[in-house]
Amino acid sequence: MSEGLTWTVYDADSMTAAEIYGEVLCQLAEEDERIVGLSADLAKSTKIGRFGDKYPERFFNAGIAEQNMFGMAAGLAKAGLVPFVSTMAVFTALRAAEQVRTDICYQNLNVKIIATHGGASFGQAGSTHHCTEDLAVMRSFANMTVIVPADGVETAAAVRACLKKDGPVYIRIGRGFEPTYYKNEDYGFEIGRAVTISEGTDITLICCGVCVLAAAEAARILAEDDGLSVRVLNMHTIKPLDEEAVLKAVIETRRIVTFEEHNVLGGLGSAVAEVIAKSGKGCAFEAVGIPDCFCHVGYPEDLYTHYGLDTDGILAKVREVMGKDFEEDEDWEDEI
Amino acid sequence: MALSQKRIDELCDIARGIREDIVDITAWAGGAHIGGALSVTDILVLLYWEVARVDPENPQNPDRDRVILSKGHAGVGYAPVLARKGYFDFGLLKDFNKFMSPFGMHLDSLKVKGVDVSTGSLGHGLPMAVGLALGARLRKKTWTTWCILGDGELNEGSIWEAAMAAAHYKLSNIVTFVDRNRLMIDGPTEEVMALEPLADKWKAYGFNVLSANGHDFAELHAAVEAARKHTTGPSVILADTVKGKGVGFMENEVKWHYGGLSSDLVEKAKESIRAEKAN
Repeated sequence: MSEGLTWTVYDADSMTAAEIYGEVLCQLAEEDERIVGLSADLAKSTKIGRFGDKYPERFFNAGIAEQNMFGMAAGLAKAGLVPFVSTMAVFTALRAAEQVRTDICYQNLNVKIIATHGGASFGQAGSTHHCTEDLAVMRSFANMTVIVPADGVETAAAVRACLKKDGPVYIRIGRGFEPTYYKNEDYGFEIGRAVTISEGTDITLICCGVCVLAAAEAARILAEDDGLSVRVLNMHTIKPLDEEAVLKAVIETRRIVTFEEHNVLGGLGSAVAEVIAKSGKGCAFEAVGIPDCFCHVGYPEDLYTHYGLDTDGILAKVREVMGKDFEEDEDWEDEI
Repeated sequence: MALSQKRIDELCDIARGIREDIVDITAWAGGAHIGGALSVTDILVLLYWEVARVDPENPQNPDRDRVILSKGHAGVGYAPVLARKGYFDFGLLKDFNKFMSPFGMHLDSLKVKGVDVSTGSLGHGLPMAVGLALGARLRKKTWTTWCILGDGELNEGSIWEAAMAAAHYKLSNIVTFVDRNRLMIDGPTEEVMALEPLADKWKAYGFNVLSANGHDFAELHAAVEAARKHTTGPSVILADTVKGKGVGFMENEVKWHYGGLSSDLVEKAKESIRAEKAN
């Protein structure tokens, strides 16, 4: 197995996450004959077409038929191959949800799903093509691993890592025009282990996907302008969640806000809230995302601004949470 | 080569035994999809005792044929076939449907030896068959993928998505059966959601369409032989069957799609199965 590619700033800025995925898949396929690719008339949009161009005999276009495509992927996995399947997140997690659950997860098959156009990344297309429910759906499927890379570089790392992990993996990326946070893959990506972007003791921001870059920038500004010590965690793996990192944040910062490009119900925020609730420890908590509504139409960056997922939105939310009267747990007697 | 009469008689005996097993398991389980299990029995017996390359001693033999019972609710008819072939002890089926049993009514490939693919949700088998057949071709394996569909199941759009793909990829290594018993839970297929002209539909999708009496081993076998000779694309065998076949009081009765059996009905059902031989 080859080591991570080194991405130059130029490459990472000029290649989208999906393009980087296409490149990495080609590289992996050179060394691993088991890899096959599938798409549903979105080979170009999802960039798995790069793999198809290089290995036409190992690439299967299912046409616009996602249910059949995920069934085919299950069959190919049963035949000893490792299918990488790419279509839009909404058609994966919703249209073909039962095939992903029953054919792939129930049989614990080695199928790797790279779902593109996640969240509101195809914002102009409207709710038919948004997907703000996939993390909730995929997280509830037993055997499934769920990853939301921060950018194209992390997508490369996640694609490499998922091949080494037996069983189904769901990797959710955007449309591919998102700015990158990472410059190269040498930061030690590991499935199920949060990456600490910045250390801090006042508050912890737990993020995935595009929110990682925005939170990193917000933390820097908050340190300079507000004198706040902000911890930022890149929680790229939604399942299995790095519970230890969350518990550490509860104990050490007592304030947590999650940011994700997803409905506030069922995704990263819910996963983190479950850990906080189970801990039995007091912690100020807020989940920021799409507030249980169908997302507006617009360019993604405008939508991120509207829903408070960009740097300004994160700054405002942190200042709000820091301004709240945070009660220590010994003060609870007056509420009982 | 056509089956000899002696072999046909042997297969009929095996099938009668399987049908009696189905009656027993239905009683043990408290209830089962008995009607559709009895209609598909002869297809399964032909596959497991005559045409499919199976290896009960080594269920994971990489070169074995793959069998997908897409109408997974007929698990009560599939489990005794696997047991009698030696994949596991028949006595284990006394726990069918029971707490923590490996045998639920829809068989689980991770729990039951010999089951290649978990099924139960309709419309899933043929897509997985397409994947297995593409995989065989890519890996230069010679196994055949056998996929058994129910007729009511053909209402599912995913079947036709897969049919399109099987023909597009010219998968002559798939042989599909349709257990055409003409009944689904809510009534006759043609009343609930009409399937006819069914042969024309499969032809239009690019399949080599064959027909057989699904309870006549000579006809079923001849159809399989014809399917094997067709090397330019997938084949489907439309097998005319009788729901509840072999048990007189169940035959063509919608209500016996699913049911339980008291001990007196168990005896009555078995007498009916045995009486067929006398005829």
